[in-house]
Amino acid sequence: MSIDLDAWEIVVGLEVHTELLTRTKLFSSAINEFGGEPNTHIDPLTLGLPGSLPVLNEQAVELAIRVGLALNCEVQRSVFARKNYFYPDLPKDYQISQFDLPICAEGSLELPNGKVVGIERAHLEEDTGKSTHVGGGGRIHDAQHSLVDYNRAGVPLLEIVGKPDLRSAEDARAYVAELRSILVAVGASDGKLEEGSMRVDCNVSVRRRGDAELGTRCEIKNVNSLRSLGRAIEYEAARQVDLIESGERVRQQTRHWNEDDGRTHTLRTKEEADDYRYFTEPDLVEIDPGPEWIERVRAVLPMLPAARRHRLSTETGVPLERVALVVERGLDELCLAAIAEGADPERTVTHAEHNLSDAKAADLDPAKFAALVQLETGGELTATQAKTVLAEMVETGGAPADIAAAKGFEAMESGELEGIVDGLIAAHPEEWQRYCEGDGKITGFFVGGVMKATGGKADGKAVTALLQARKG
Amino acid sequence: MSFADALSIAASVRAGDRTATEVLEEHLGRIAERETEIHAFNLVTEQDARATAAAVDAAVAAGNDPGPLAGVPVAIKDNLCTRGVPTTCSSKILEGWRPPYDATVVQRLAAAGAVAVGKTNLDEFAMGSSTENSAFGPTRNPHDTSRVPGGSSGGSAAAVAAGFAPISLGSDTGGSIRQPAALCGVVGVKPTYGLVSRLGLVAFGSSLDQVGPFAHTVADAALVCEVVGGHDAGDSTSIPGDFPAVTEHLSDGVSGLRVGIVTEMMGEGIAPDVAARVRAAAAALAAAGATVEEVSVPAVTFGLSAYYLVAPAEASSNLSRYDGVRFGNRIEAATTGEMMTATRTAGFGDEVKRRIMLGTFVLSAGYFDAFYGTAQKVRTLMRQDFDAAYEQFDVLISPTSPTTAFAIGDKTADPMTMYLNDICTIPTNLAGHAAMSVPFGTGDDGLPVGVQVLAPALGEIPMFRAAAVLEAAALAEGGAK
Repeated sequence: MSIDLDAWEIVVGLEVHTELLTRTKLFSSAINEFGGEPNTHIDPLTLGLPGSLPVLNEQAVELAIRVGLALNCEVQRSVFARKNYFYPDLPKDYQISQFDLPICAEGSLELPNGKVVGIERAHLEEDTGKSTHVGGGGRIHDAQHSLVDYNRAGVPLLEIVGKPDLRSAEDARAYVAELRSILVAVGASDGKLEEGSMRVDCNVSVRRRGDAELGTRCEIKNVNSLRSLGRAIEYEAARQVDLIESGERVRQQTRHWNEDDGRTHTLRTKEEADDYRYFTEPDLVEIDPGPEWIERVRAVLPMLPAARRHRLSTETGVPLERVALVVERGLDELCLAAIAEGADPERTVTHAEHNLSDAKAADLDPAKFAALVQLETGGELTATQAKTVLAEMVETGGAPADIAAAKGFEAMESGELEGIVDGLIAAHPEEWQRYCEGDGKITGFFVGGVMKATGGKADGKAVTALLQARKG
Repeated sequence: MSFADALSIAASVRAGDRTATEVLEEHLGRIAERETEIHAFNLVTEQDARATAAAVDAAVAAGNDPGPLAGVPVAIKDNLCTRGVPTTCSSKILEGWRPPYDATVVQRLAAAGAVAVGKTNLDEFAMGSSTENSAFGPTRNPHDTSRVPGGSSGGSAAAVAAGFAPISLGSDTGGSIRQPAALCGVVGVKPTYGLVSRLGLVAFGSSLDQVGPFAHTVADAALVCEVVGGHDAGDSTSIPGDFPAVTEHLSDGVSGLRVGIVTEMMGEGIAPDVAARVRAAAAALAAAGATVEEVSVPAVTFGLSAYYLVAPAEASSNLSRYDGVRFGNRIEAATTGEMMTATRTAGFGDEVKRRIMLGTFVLSAGYFDAFYGTAQKVRTLMRQDFDAAYEQFDVLISPTSPTTAFAIGDKTADPMTMYLNDICTIPTNLAGHAAMSVPFGTGDDGLPVGVQVLAPALGEIPMFRAAAVLEAAALAEGGAK
C-alpha cells in the first residue's frame, strides 16, 4: 500500500511515555530498577495493600520539571487524580495520574530539520505491573492462568503529549529521536524504546490536501522501535485512505501494531472505551513547585540538542541537517575544540559525521584531532589515509603524525601518480573507452585500481582529477 | 460502672505501685466475664498483650520509663493495621489477612508503653452507625445489651464502656467515633483532619477519615491525642508539627470563651430529651464564665446529602483493590473478570455494595459535575459558613446524636433513617474541622447522652477546655442527684 501524497495528507500526534530515572518509585520507597526477580521491587504501596498511602517522590518532580523546561513548557501548579479501572496488574485498581492540571503545559520541540512541533502537556503518573498469560497463545482470553509481576508497578512515568503537528512517518521518527535525545540529555530517561523505558502511542489520521478539518483518528499501540513507528504510521495511513476511497469511513479506534504481519489490528472502538471516573486523589496534596525551584532547575539544565546543533552549524558554516548526527553522537564539543586548535571546520565536521561512529570517539584529544585534519588539508595525508589514521587514533589515542609514519603514509609525488594512472589506462582500453563516453560508474574501477597499486596512499580526488585531464 | 482511667494506671505502673501484668489481667478478667454478651472484639490478643505487659514491667524494673501510657490496655479498631495480627475491617473479604506493618498510631501507642489487647468490631469498612453491618455479628451496648453501641466504631466505644480497656482507638469519617461515644457514655474525639496520621488506617473516605480516641475521661482522651497525633511523613495530608498541647490547658476553664449553640442542630429530628441536655450543657458553660448564644450555620443542613456523594465516591475507588488478586479472600472462577466479580459479590456485605454502587454512579461521566462537583461546592460553602460562625465564637455545641442508643434491628430496614443519625457529626468531617463528644447525663430512658463540642481546624485547645468543664459539671450534677 502506498498513498498518493499529492492528494492526501497524513496527520500524526504522538503520546510518549517515559520512565523516569529515579532511585525509587513515584509514591513509595520501593526501588525503581529494570528487571529483577519478579515481585522483589515491591512494598505495601506497590501491592496496594490496605492502609498504605502514597508519598510523592521529589526527584520525579524535579525530573519532570527538567523535561518541561527542556520542552519550553509552562511548569505549573498541578494535582493528581485517580483513574479507576479494574485490571490485575494495576494493584489498587486505580492509577494515580494527572488529569485536569498536568505539571507541564504548552511547550514545543524543534526537529533537526527546523520544523517545530507543539507539546500539549506532560504529566506524571505511575506505571502498571506486567501480566504474563500462560497457555492459549499468550492472550488473556484463552490463557490457562496469568502471572503478575509488580516490579514495574509504581515506577514514575512522564506522559508527553504532542500536538497533531507531524505530517509524515519520517517526521514522527525524527520527533521521537529528538525527544529521546532531550530526555537523555536532561537525565530524565535512559531512552530505551526496546526495553520499554520509552513507549510511544501514535494517533494517526488522514485528510485530503487542503481540508481544514482533521480526519477521524486511530490510536496505535505497541510500537517498540523507531522502525516500527514509521512502518505503523505508513500502514495505518494507507489503511485509512483505502477506507475513505472505497466510500467507507474511519471509525475512532485503538489499534494494536503487529510487528510480524506489519499491520494494525482493532483493540477496541470508542464506544467500548472505559469510563475512568477521574477524581482528585485525596491522599496527595497539590504540587506547586514555585518560581525558585523552577529557576534552580533551569540554571543547571545542560545545553539541549537543538541549541547545540545551531551552535555547531553557526560556528562551522555546515548546514543544520548535516550537524544533527554529530550532535546526536555528542561530538560537537570535540569538533568545536579541534576547530579552536586550528582545524578546518568543514573537514572536522565531515570526519565526525562519517568516520567517528565509535563510542570511544568522544574521548579523542581535540589537539590531536586538529593535527590530523591539518595534515589532511595540508596535503600530507589523503582523505583515505586520514580516515585510517583517525580510526587508529580512536583505538590507541596516539598522535596522527606517528601513526601516519608507522603506516608509511606519505604524500605521493604527482609524477608517480601520473605514471600509475597512465599504465592503468593503457592496460584497460575498453574500460577507458566507456569512461570517455561518460559512463560515470566506471570511475570507481580506475580509482580502485590506483588505490590497489599504491597501497591506499593515493588521494582519490587527485586520481579523479587526473582521469578528467587525460580524457581531455 | 466506674473503671480506672489511663492516667492513674500509667502513673501507678511508672511508679512501680502496680505491674502492667496485674492491670492487664484485671482487664482480661472483665473481658472474660462480659465479652460473649457484648461482642466488642473481633479478636482478643491475650498472648501478645501478656508479652507486651511483661516487657513494660521489665522496663520499669530496669529503671526505664516505658512512656506516658505505661501498662495501659488499649483496644484497636479492626480497620487499623496491626503487624502480623489479622485486620478484617469486619468484612469477609479481608478474612485471614495479616498486614506486614503497624499503623502509625498503633506504633506510637506501643512506643508510649500501651498494651494492645485486641481488635474491635465495626460496621464493615466503617460504613454504618450501629455496628450491625459487621460480617461477624453486631456489638451490644454495655449500658443495655438490647441496644446498639452506635457505629461504626461501636466495638471500640463498647470496649471502653464495659471496662475492657480504659482507652481505645476508632476512626471517624462522618461521626464514627463521636456517635458511638455518645451512645456508650464515653468521651470520643475526632481531631482536625491531618492531625493524626492515616497511614495504616484502611481507607473508607480518604478526604474525611480521621483516627481518634475513646476514653473515660477528657484528660485521657487529650493524652492519647498527643501520643498518636502529630506529623507523619508517611501521610501526605498530615499537618506539620505536633498535636496542639491540649493536656496543658485542661484546667484553664471557659471564662470568656465564646460558645455558640448551632440552631440547625437543635430543631427537627432531635429528641427533646437530648436537646434538653444540650441546653443544660450550655447553662453549665455559662455558669463557668463562658458567653453562650445561638448561632445559625445554614450549610450544615446540606451536610448529609453532600456526605452521601463524597464518601461513597471515594469509597468506590478505595475499595476497588479488594479484587481477589493479591490478598484476602478469593472466589475462583473461569476468567480473571469473573473471579473479581465472584470475590466481591461474596466478600462484601449489602451496605458496602450499596455505597460502592452509589459512589461509582456519582463519579460516572455525565453525572460527575451534578453530583460530585456539587458536593465539593457544598464542602466549600460548609467551611465558609463555619468560618463565619467561628469569627464570633471559639467553639460550638450541639447534640452528638439525635437520640440515645436505639434498639438492635430498629433501623436496619431503612438505610435513610440510619443515615440521619449522623446529621450533627457529618458537617465537621466535610469541613475538616475538630469535634468531640462528652457524656452529659442521661435521656428519659436513662441511657447516656453526648454533647458535641465543635471547633475550627486546629481549635483543639478551646475544644478540650470546654469539654473539661462539661465533664466536671456532669460529674457534679451526677453527685448531686
